[in-house]
Amino acid sequence: MRIGVLVKQVPATENVRIDEETGTMVREGVEAELNPLDLHAVEEAVRLKDRLGEGTEITVISMGPPQAQKAVRAAIAMGCDRGLLLSDRRFAGSDTLATARTLAAGVKKAGGFDILLSGERATDGETGQVGPAVGQVLGMSVLTFVSAVESAGKGSLVVRRAVEGGHERVEAPLPAMLSVVKEINTPRLCTLGGKIRAKKTEIPVLGADDLPLPAEHLGLPGSPTKVVKVSYPQITRSGKKVSAADSVDGAVEEILSVLRGRGIV
Amino acid sequence: MNVEYRGVWTLSEVRDGRIHPVSYELLAWGRDLADTLGVPLSAVLLGSGVTEQAPDLIVHGADQVYVVDDPSLGHFRADSFSKTLAELVNRHKPEIFIASATSTGRTVMPVVYADLATGLTADCTELGIDTKERLLLQTRPAIGGNVMADIKTPLSRPQMCTVRPRSKKPLPPDPSRTGRIIAEKAEPGALSSVMKLLEFLPEKNVGAPLQDAEVIVAGGKGMKKGANFALLEELAALLGGSVGASRTAVDLNWAPYSSQVGLSGKSVTPKLYIACGISGAVQHLAGMSASDTVIAVNSDPEAPIFRVADLAIVGDALEVIPALIGRLKS
Repeated sequence: MRIGVLVKQVPATENVRIDEETGTMVREGVEAELNPLDLHAVEEAVRLKDRLGEGTEITVISMGPPQAQKAVRAAIAMGCDRGLLLSDRRFAGSDTLATARTLAAGVKKAGGFDILLSGERATDGETGQVGPAVGQVLGMSVLTFVSAVESAGKGSLVVRRAVEGGHERVEAPLPAMLSVVKEINTPRLCTLGGKIRAKKTEIPVLGADDLPLPAEHLGLPGSPTKVVKVSYPQITRSGKKVSAADSVDGAVEEILSVLRGRGIV
Repeated sequence: MNVEYRGVWTLSEVRDGRIHPVSYELLAWGRDLADTLGVPLSAVLLGSGVTEQAPDLIVHGADQVYVVDDPSLGHFRADSFSKTLAELVNRHKPEIFIASATSTGRTVMPVVYADLATGLTADCTELGIDTKERLLLQTRPAIGGNVMADIKTPLSRPQMCTVRPRSKKPLPPDPSRTGRIIAEKAEPGALSSVMKLLEFLPEKNVGAPLQDAEVIVAGGKGMKKGANFALLEELAALLGGSVGASRTAVDLNWAPYSSQVGLSGKSVTPKLYIACGISGAVQHLAGMSASDTVIAVNSDPEAPIFRVADLAIVGDALEVIPALIGRLKS
């Protein structure tokens, strides 16, 4: 079985600070990390490999600047076998369609996969569109919001999907693209051995000329959507502060008056 | 410019055989867009035995409804729904096509847009028309609401996006509205699915799915232990709401992931958000700060959650919440 994982490098969110003056997120000097939701895709790939045994190989693929090889290595340290980075100035400015087409070309170049995994979305762009679009471009079964892989093999798989109000169990044929949600697993910490192996693993880098894609599908020119304006909204509001230290009842009374004012009770 | 593409479409959502109210929110957005452009507003309805509900979409603002009513569309499946929608788009060529950013919308739209090779903007909170260029103006938050981006799709058609649920109120139903209900056929190949829905396992959680909830009572580390989430469930039930949780509470297994609010969980915009014992890390604020009203209860007077609160109660949630429940019951 051939397994692929799509990962993205994002600004680290763990140590994000808020600018006290403007109430906006401080991004300067923030380190990059492997998208936290992609960790679950990597973990599920490694678990699938453990379950399926011999002959299963995991390739992790990312598109991004040369530094994004760090994210690829982080996935290898968790147990992926090989990595591939798609990096080229001509990819810059890609929207989700251009990104999906580029990644799909990278997947083809890597020989294709029976199961392709991604996180539900990246914590920066937050679209959740790239994984399913890659699956569609490659003609795979598209399974989103996957919260469990119950079984995989013999040309098909059974997954659970987390949807509004519950979970559905779905059977679909391979090859399949799965975007997974956080509840699917708890990602392992990488071992020292894994880190050493990741450091030693060579990560091939493919550029636009290496991929079977017409130039008009790449980067900004290949992106149907254009960002025309970016703004930084304030997220602060100045509310009323009440202490419950003296009187819990007084605090409760304040809450009730808001509930009445908003027509909740 | 693709002048042959004309009209605004909304994707209706069917759950348990009934049109879900998010479909009417979309029609309220679509009505604004269609009126500004001077074009008809069409709702697309896919399902099994749903034709008799189509007039509800007219009553809520649609000028016409394209219905594909087929036994094979009784349950949502990514492949058959997206193939059918792509076929309808290619047949009728709308200039704008919007869907809700629900699990269904966020599954089917990425497949359809990749198939049509057009633009798709995720999880918009505001839509408008640039009348000079006759383009859809799509506004969406990114990086947990810290950045708002305005996005256009200048050349490709249709201009597609998903819209965050509860970002607009449905129009009041108007039974005097009239419109056309058009039965559409899809190719057998489009209707066929390789996916098999084996079973649906409903969640035991009380209340509406978090993104649909009008009231959310959320708990964090300040709830001290998982058993105390029963208090939040009780309060949520009294207010007709649902229970949410901070990442810390989910990581401690006090609440399921489906209730996690924040950057790596859900973004919610209820009428009222009550944060109990949640300090308000920026990742959490990202998912809830757009709520209409926020009440926060936290013992730390410097807790960042108070920055986004309309009412800040400095105190122990485990004292305040039971007292509130007592008052609501009496």
